[in-house]
Amino acid sequence: MSGMGFSWPLLRQLTGKDRLGRAAAVKSPRTGEHPARTAAADRVVKSVCPYCAVGCAQNVYVSDEKVVHIEGDPDSPISRGRLCPKGASSLQLTTGSGRLNKVLHRPPGAADWREIDLETAMDMVADRIIATRRATWEWENKGRRVARTMGIASLGGATLDNEENYLIKKLLTALGVVQIENQARVCHSSTVVGLGTSFGRGGATTFLQDLQHSDCVLIQGSNFAEAHPVGFQWVMEAKARGAVVIHVDPRFTRTSALADLHVPIRAGSDVAFLGAIVNHVLENELFFRDYVLHYTNASTILREDYRDAEDLDGLFSGFDAENRCYEDDTWQYEGMHTVAASGERDEDYDRPAGSMPAGRPEVQGGTGVPLSGEPRRDETMRHPRCVLQVLRRHFARYTPEMVQRVCGVPPELFAQVCRHLTENSGPERTAEFVYAVGWTQHSDGAQFIRTASILQLLLGNIGRPGGGIQALRGHASIQGSSDIPTLFNLLPGYIPMPHAHEHEKMRDFLRADASCRGFWANMPAYLVSLLKAWWGPAATRENDFRFDYLPRLTGSHSTYDTVLAQLDGTCKGYLLLGENPAVGSANSRMQRLGMARLDWLVVRDLNLIESATWWKDGPEIETGELVTSEIGTEVFFFPAAAHTEKSGSFTNTNRWLQWHHRAVEPDGDARSDLWFMYHLGRIIRRKLAGSADPMDRPLLDLTWDYPVEGETAEPVAEAVLAEINGWDAEGRPLDAYTQLKDDGSTVCGCWIYCGVYAGGVNRAALRQPAAEQDWVAAGWAWAWPANRRVLYNRASAAPDGRPWSERKKLVWWDEEAGRWTGLDVPDFEEGKPPSYRPEPGAQGPAALSGIDPFIMQADGKGWLFAPSGVVDGPLPSHFEPQDSPVANPLYGRQRNPARKLYRHEDNRYQPSGEEPGASVYPYVVTTYRLTEHFTAGGMSRHTPYLAELQPEMFCEVSPELAAERGLVHGEWATVITARGAIEARVLVTDRIAPLHLNGKVIHQIGLPFHFGPNGLARGDAANELVSITLDPNSHIQEVKALSADIRPGRRPRGPALPELVLAYRRRAGVTEDTGTEV
Amino acid sequence: MAFDLDRAPLDAGYDDPPKRMGFFTDTSICIGCKACEVACKEWNAVPEDGLLFTGMSYDNSVGLGADTWRHVAFVEQRKPLGHQETGARDMDFRWLMASDVCKHCTHAACLDVCPTGSLFRTEYGTVVVQEDVCNGCGYCVPACPFGVIGRRETSGTAAKCTMCYDRLEVGQEPACAKTCPTDSIQFGELDELRERADRRLEQVRAAGASSARLYGHDPADGVGGTGAFFLLLDEPQVYGLPPDPVVTTADLPSMWRHAGAAALVLLAGMAVAAWRRGR
Repeated sequence: MSGMGFSWPLLRQLTGKDRLGRAAAVKSPRTGEHPARTAAADRVVKSVCPYCAVGCAQNVYVSDEKVVHIEGDPDSPISRGRLCPKGASSLQLTTGSGRLNKVLHRPPGAADWREIDLETAMDMVADRIIATRRATWEWENKGRRVARTMGIASLGGATLDNEENYLIKKLLTALGVVQIENQARVCHSSTVVGLGTSFGRGGATTFLQDLQHSDCVLIQGSNFAEAHPVGFQWVMEAKARGAVVIHVDPRFTRTSALADLHVPIRAGSDVAFLGAIVNHVLENELFFRDYVLHYTNASTILREDYRDAEDLDGLFSGFDAENRCYEDDTWQYEGMHTVAASGERDEDYDRPAGSMPAGRPEVQGGTGVPLSGEPRRDETMRHPRCVLQVLRRHFARYTPEMVQRVCGVPPELFAQVCRHLTENSGPERTAEFVYAVGWTQHSDGAQFIRTASILQLLLGNIGRPGGGIQALRGHASIQGSSDIPTLFNLLPGYIPMPHAHEHEKMRDFLRADASCRGFWANMPAYLVSLLKAWWGPAATRENDFRFDYLPRLTGSHSTYDTVLAQLDGTCKGYLLLGENPAVGSANSRMQRLGMARLDWLVVRDLNLIESATWWKDGPEIETGELVTSEIGTEVFFFPAAAHTEKSGSFTNTNRWLQWHHRAVEPDGDARSDLWFMYHLGRIIRRKLAGSADPMDRPLLDLTWDYPVEGETAEPVAEAVLAEINGWDAEGRPLDAYTQLKDDGSTVCGCWIYCGVYAGGVNRAALRQPAAEQDWVAAGWAWAWPANRRVLYNRASAAPDGRPWSERKKLVWWDEEAGRWTGLDVPDFEEGKPPSYRPEPGAQGPAALSGIDPFIMQADGKGWLFAPSGVVDGPLPSHFEPQDSPVANPLYGRQRNPARKLYRHEDNRYQPSGEEPGASVYPYVVTTYRLTEHFTAGGMSRHTPYLAELQPEMFCEVSPELAAERGLVHGEWATVITARGAIEARVLVTDRIAPLHLNGKVIHQIGLPFHFGPNGLARGDAANELVSITLDPNSHIQEVKALSADIRPGRRPRGPALPELVLAYRRRAGVTEDTGTEV
Repeated sequence: MAFDLDRAPLDAGYDDPPKRMGFFTDTSICIGCKACEVACKEWNAVPEDGLLFTGMSYDNSVGLGADTWRHVAFVEQRKPLGHQETGARDMDFRWLMASDVCKHCTHAACLDVCPTGSLFRTEYGTVVVQEDVCNGCGYCVPACPFGVIGRRETSGTAAKCTMCYDRLEVGQEPACAKTCPTDSIQFGELDELRERADRRLEQVRAAGASSARLYGHDPADGVGGTGAFFLLLDEPQVYGLPPDPVVTTADLPSMWRHAGAAALVLLAGMAVAAWRRGR
């Protein structure tokens, strides 16, 4: 106590100025003693938020080798130091007591977990993989070489680093596994199709900060403010500068609350709404004529034998009803033929070149569809078969009256949207579209995005500041896990996975590419460099660079096909890498039933998610449909490392690669997925060393010698990034993909990422503060391709190379310097003048003229009409969701004729529209995110600070629906479909208004999809209700619009629950054929 | 020239204090994300406050208390919001969100009634509880005219927003203001914030929100103005704020005077009585 005398408060009070003892005099030693832990930290580590794909930068404060605080990094040009509640809870996510750090093992039939040590567990998993692979190996399928195993599947990657995705894809492909999938399939695969066919690349065309330059922001199919709060600051910036903000959404959300105009719309009717705007723009000649004429295919003339959906009542010419797919020959340009991109991308070699099989999104990939020949054009755009006129006819019946009838949007409101959009488009002004999974997750999701693309091309808004289409993606690296795809149908950089063919040689695979124009012409260099990255010295020109080491596809092997394969016993082993399908995937019940048939299951996650524990406490245990002791699945739970515990890069929603540095070592047995995949591969290779079995050659020849560091022998992530970037024959890092060669002298793991490690510098880790550079912020992180931030930005200048206007300038032709220049890196060959015109027969990039801004497209144009690449039609048409209470007034066909269905006892479809029994499921259901939670809840429902904000599953209904069904605010309701029944607390709100569709009142029910039985915030999963119905292009699930019944009270328990579902099915007359018509 | 509110630290006896610091919460741009609630809890290690589904729109944290120092209110109203068009039915609708916090009053009753010196006025003019001094008497709880302060069940001591006093001391802004995605919560020198708020109010009103107003902005109000003030789009009570807060110790001086007078009279009477008895 010595020395305390003078600081005794009473003495201070009597001797100081604070006589009343209300200020300095009473300040306790402790109050002044502890400086802020941000200031006292030993070090500050630069990181990136692990939740959504906005990519907010974080500062991680470390003291005594513990993370003591995480907050936003103010230097970030994207987030400016801000974080949403999820990002702000990162400390609790990563250091909370809920995290496990021991490996758990559940032997077959066991009632509970047991702890096992990490080394044993790794060894066991390696043994399981080897055994299952041996037992299920398939050299041939129907006489064609496949060299693969269908016995193993993996799911997850969008929450992981690019480097981790790279090792997952590389190792599993070498093992012959083709069923490799991640959240990108479930969330945004239709984006790749929609944007890729329209513009050439499957990513958002712009970046978040550019929103501030927009004069009109139309948010539709996205709850921007709730799902991407920090990105939404740029909408607020635009609004502050005078932009009009429009939100078109079934619900009045936190986004609507800040919008100037909210337009309530029936879930699933967006094509009708957007199509009517297209019609309005065309009929009133409101399109940007110079832009449309020069930069789109509006003037291109189509073949005479093309028949439109208007001619065939909802079908286009070429429909094959038996196989539910189209031959696209008749959709071609006259005089020019699209070939299914890059050789026989076709799964069925004897189909005519140019036809597109169902479910092949890679054809659009990150890139365009190649064409050959010269298209005919009519510069007056008056030819009856030119695209503009075909467009007019196709959308002629999409009128404001139709919008009222289909969408429930009154004509006055619709007219306002049209007015705002068209008034804010043109040389001086730009409008931007923002969407997310409200558009993607439909049985014709790709067509939702296509419609918006058409509209933005007509208005001249692509490639220009404040314009474009912003696809908001929802996982930290879901763009990265598409680029470096943990997806079954792709190789890195959107090179297609080869299908089983009579063609065994790479030459055949690439053959048709010879006629290719645009940048896809160099695909041989991209592919050979990839094969060299994977099989190194073993890949030589003589052995076709080991193209035969790639396992082959024989159709769709998407995550939903995997579920069916699990149920029928084909797929026996399953790796879940940061994904929770028991809550997050459509028909979550089928996901669990599939897992219950497995031999083994590996779950890697931060917490014990539902997909790890269903065998002891899942819904089927409660109903008695599954009995724990009878479930033979052996389950491993591996605790994963958090983002603060590993280094690596995330690719954000705008293609920006941002590096996060490891701050601390993970606790206990928690490890990164980089560690897991690397050591798993190392152990398997050790066990198989010396094997003479040819099936083991791809694995043993694999380059798999990454440097490791630290006590845990963590692979050096930057070494993996260096391989992704690639190097030349001398081992020097490559600077750009233009340096890649097809002779085997270059190595590159993902050609579109080439340049991220240029000069040996990790450009993803560049952190030039926002305050020290312009708004394009080229010195912060690295964007693919070639650090371009606004794609197709050549279109920001007029054909002559000058900006359309001073106000909207971005890049322009510098006549004196003889090159393109401007605020952004030009997305164009730097020295190609506006006056350049290709010689006849020119190949590759040289075949594109100086006025072709869409350089990945074979004709260099934005595609209003897609002559190839979209399997369910060259133009979007409105079809009803698979399960819908509304009859389709536009065509005789109720549903998308080419949709992908799965007939199964546990996946029954419902009657729709005027079909008998449809009234049993009379209400529209839509599912969505809340700000306070993250996807299937694995990273939010176990976190107290988030759980308390939204602690329980609820449903949102209008007062009118509540009255109609006797639902009481705050009490319980049960929602029922042909797949399942769930309970939820009732939130009666004006925010979900009933809609009037020409006299018919349609009620909608809102269901957040985050909840599940585990964690702190609990409830039934909305995905129990959803069927597996997929978009044929992308195999994305339809979860944004379905139909259901709702009634007051909790759902039954035990066997009475499936009984209730069956009773509804009987009442509705549901059979295996219901809803499956073509 | 500093305005009167800036006198709070001076009156508390600080020599040459820094500018009085405060919050301006502009609710017209709040998106109700609750990042402020979480960032506050992470920084200050405030415990979880109960997993309760309330049905009060999206508000499940209900109000400020010992374990919730920032609270976002959600108000669904059948009223128009400026020129916003909602398109729903034939009725007007708006969804108001506002992040509430301790007001750091110029005349702080909690501070007046605190018998231990646990509550004190900092050099920034903010009012802070010191857990190590608090004896848990709880006098401050009913004293607060806003119902901000509460007693934590686990420790028994009083707790509320400190405006991140420890961060202020190292030149960092409070956690809630730092994280706010739309800058609805702004932190800074109070006089500068007040000027900014006046300009913003004009803008919001010009955009048609005629019922917009500033709250806690008036030094002549019952608490002498607040260090955390708000731009509201409706009357305060709509957000759960008292329309006319008065420092509960406002009458203390006169009460002391009366008590003193009474004591004097009593003493005089006793003296007279004693004198008489003695005689």
